[in-house]
Amino acid sequence: MSQSDNSSSPGIRIAGVSKVYSGTSRPAVDDVSLDIADGEFITLLGPSGSGKTTMLSMLAGFVSVSGGKIEIDGRDVSRQKPHKRNLGVVFQQYALFPHMTVTKNIAFPLQQRRMSKAQIAAKVGEALKLVHLEEYADRLPSQLSGGQQQRVALARAVVYHPRALLMDEPLGALDRKLRDELQREIARMHRELGMTFIFVTHDQHEALTLSDRIAVFNEGRVEQVGTPSELYERPETLFVAQFLGESTCFRGTVDVSAGVLRCGGFTPRAPRLDARLDGSDGVAVIRPERLELHTDAAAVPAGHNQVRGTVTEIVYVGNHHQVGLRFPDGTSGSAMRLAGRSLPAVPGEEVTVSWDPEHQSIVADPADEPTSGRAAEPLGAPAGT
Amino acid sequence: MSAPTTSAPPPAAVTNGAGLAGRPRRRAAGWFILPATALLLVFFCYPLGNIIWRSFTDPSAGLGNYTKLLDDGVSVTVLTRTLVTALIVGACTLVIAYPYAYAMTRVTPRTRNLMTVVVLLPFWTSMMARNFAWYMLEQRGGLIDDAFSAIGIGGVVLLGSVAGVAVAMVQVMLPFAVLPLYSGMEGIDKRLLDAATSLGAPRWRAFARVYLPLSLPAVLSGFTLVFILTLGFYVTPALLGSPQQSLVPQLIATRVTDLLDFGGAGALGTVLLAITLLALFVVSRFANLSSTTEKAVTNE
Amino acid sequence: MSESALKPGVRAGRDGGLGWGLKIVVGLIGLLLIAPTAVVIPMSFSSGTTFQFPPEGWSLRWYESFFTSERWMRSLLTSVQIGLLVAVTATVLGVAVAFGLNRAGFRGRGAIRSLMLAPLIVPSIVVAVAIYGVFLKWQLNGTALGYVVAHTVMALPFVVTVMSTSLAGYDRTLDTAAATLGATAWTTFFRITVPLVAPGVLSGFVFAFVMSLDEVVIALFLQTPDIQTLPVQMYNSITLEIDPTIAAASSLMVVATSIVLLMPQFVRRKRSTS
Repeated sequence: MSQSDNSSSPGIRIAGVSKVYSGTSRPAVDDVSLDIADGEFITLLGPSGSGKTTMLSMLAGFVSVSGGKIEIDGRDVSRQKPHKRNLGVVFQQYALFPHMTVTKNIAFPLQQRRMSKAQIAAKVGEALKLVHLEEYADRLPSQLSGGQQQRVALARAVVYHPRALLMDEPLGALDRKLRDELQREIARMHRELGMTFIFVTHDQHEALTLSDRIAVFNEGRVEQVGTPSELYERPETLFVAQFLGESTCFRGTVDVSAGVLRCGGFTPRAPRLDARLDGSDGVAVIRPERLELHTDAAAVPAGHNQVRGTVTEIVYVGNHHQVGLRFPDGTSGSAMRLAGRSLPAVPGEEVTVSWDPEHQSIVADPADEPTSGRAAEPLGAPAGT
Repeated sequence: MSAPTTSAPPPAAVTNGAGLAGRPRRRAAGWFILPATALLLVFFCYPLGNIIWRSFTDPSAGLGNYTKLLDDGVSVTVLTRTLVTALIVGACTLVIAYPYAYAMTRVTPRTRNLMTVVVLLPFWTSMMARNFAWYMLEQRGGLIDDAFSAIGIGGVVLLGSVAGVAVAMVQVMLPFAVLPLYSGMEGIDKRLLDAATSLGAPRWRAFARVYLPLSLPAVLSGFTLVFILTLGFYVTPALLGSPQQSLVPQLIATRVTDLLDFGGAGALGTVLLAITLLALFVVSRFANLSSTTEKAVTNE
Repeated sequence: MSESALKPGVRAGRDGGLGWGLKIVVGLIGLLLIAPTAVVIPMSFSSGTTFQFPPEGWSLRWYESFFTSERWMRSLLTSVQIGLLVAVTATVLGVAVAFGLNRAGFRGRGAIRSLMLAPLIVPSIVVAVAIYGVFLKWQLNGTALGYVVAHTVMALPFVVTVMSTSLAGYDRTLDTAAATLGATAWTTFFRITVPLVAPGVLSGFVFAFVMSLDEVVIALFLQTPDIQTLPVQMYNSITLEIDPTIAAASSLMVVATSIVLLMPQFVRRKRSTS
């Protein structure tokens, strides 16, 4: 049905969508545009209150759109009732019908589609197999564990082959081990079903592990859209840099002609500077695994930016050591050393810190941010992708 | 959430009172219940037992009072009328209370507070004032009569009829239905409706297949509560009804005050009590009535 | 967590929560709940001697009649006196029971709990006749003691339930915490427990008072020409010598009970804002 003219390209298209709840002035979602390709696994990532869940609710049709439109396969569905959109939704607290057995829950959407009894039985069986819950068919939701309930919810949401599967923090209520297990399950389902998955989470690990692409939400807007590695390696805003993973942030003034960032005590070189940033405040963002520590300044590789810093603490995190640093301009930072490699210093000692300018990102410094660098997450930064 | 949902707490609850300094005070706490228990035994249980006893012994031992109920040509009619009235009042009250309670679960906390006050004020404000108000409204030339005359239907005088009693009772009983319904509905995850619509059910079908069945226990306990209370209601029928169309409570009162027939009144009362207990027993198999009653009373 | 969950209720559904149809239905039901009681207020300011509604003219004559009638004033006084005694007795007994049920582990707690609720469940006419029967023998009819005892029986369920709810929400680890901080059992009770359960006690007191003030059925049976409560006087006024003084009495009752009932709400609100 998808004639390949521009307007009816397959996929889900969010075009300039906004949402203002009645009684509030600040939009919950503010002019968001996003094209989601067929079969893609896209994650809406952001802190709570950033608008990602509202965006998902608008996609599902639970919440009306205040501005812009949502298209599915070139058709505007902005005003369509939820039950006509043919999307699957998985809720954080499962939302299984407590008075129906597992089988009846999964059969519910098929009954709405007026399938024959035999067809329903066959499809329910398939779906149960997909989530490995065949022997629980006749249980009530209250007789299942949280992980099992969420699997039933998944089965129920995909059994009718919806156009896309929308998931709202589906793993949020589960403990860590189960979460990892279900993450793998969701990834497998995505591969096997080839369906578009739209996933909402505030957990960066989840987003990085699962997604083809991530859209980072902040205060109702999309800060950046990209593959996990693009977002991690090339954050375009300070928010993205700090929300995804940890980083050391040097603040200064951008000098495009000299190709440097003028910080208080030193001027790190910065290739490929955005001309629009010239003269304004900028932040150099470097990931901990990119920082190298040297006791001997002479050992710094050629072409590296370098600055002296004091080791404030060394924390053992299993597979690596996390080295806390403080720089003369007051910036605090952190570097990472894989376990097994010797540590160059002990807390209190001065070291030379260096990095390849290629691995640093220069982003605009939002004026309202506090001036001291802050680590987005204290422990267990992702190993990059 | 914080309200006690089970009348018989699990064994663990027994030990959680122990705490660090709990043990010595635990036995003392048992004595706390004695005065009230004694009061209820002497001034509630004994009188009840006594009236039941008298129904079998006064004026002579045996089932005379009960066989008389069957033969006197009045009691059976009145009893049937009372049961039918209670069923109708219960059904009407529930039908009216349902959308109100449902709305309470969907509005903002501020509106919900207002709605709760609207329910609770008549619940607590003077029973006599309300009955008097209905007396005024239902009399000849009252507001209801006038309103119906205005649209061309004359002579709608509800005062002195079972219908008039039932109308007033529905209004009086509304809070007893709204509160248990609300507390039951509050426990229903509203996302289930969203889930059902996302799975392809139109709104009304989502409601019928998911919400309605889940709210049935609350409906049942609300209905039972109203039914039971209506059975024993005296003031409204006495003021708004008539001796020609009396209900069981009126009959009981007349037997006691005019005839000093405690045996006959006791027999009627025992029948009423038996029906009440039967209704409670039936509904307790489906819903936890004591917790809904508690919630209704305390508005939790 | 719930912050980011797909929110139903206010947020989701069709956004604003209620559709127009439901809003109108809810408004009508609200009117049905409030209006019948509210009509007594304009009625009480009528200048006529009949219950014509709306009244043809306005006056305060029925309030004057109420406050100058010896019989109305005496019944009001009787009701308030009995109500206060009932409130004190029922609160003391009910609070003790609630503590006992909450803190003690003995067999038969379920039975005691049911016993405490029973006066609510047993048809009120049956309770009234039963009490009337034994009070005749014990000569408690028409005595203040009789009224107080009977009303306390009826008020206990309210106090016990309100207090049980309040205690169920009470975190016992606070006691343990106080103990580890060096407080004796008594200090803990007075410095920690009492302030935390005080709102529940206050609500119980108010409920018991209002319940007694409002009770008619038992009071009708216990009445003698010498001692009648206000509701009984109202009842007699309707059945015997109907004149709009009862409208004034009703209005006063409605306004007074509303104020008394809303009081704990305000106290609670003050607490939470201070």
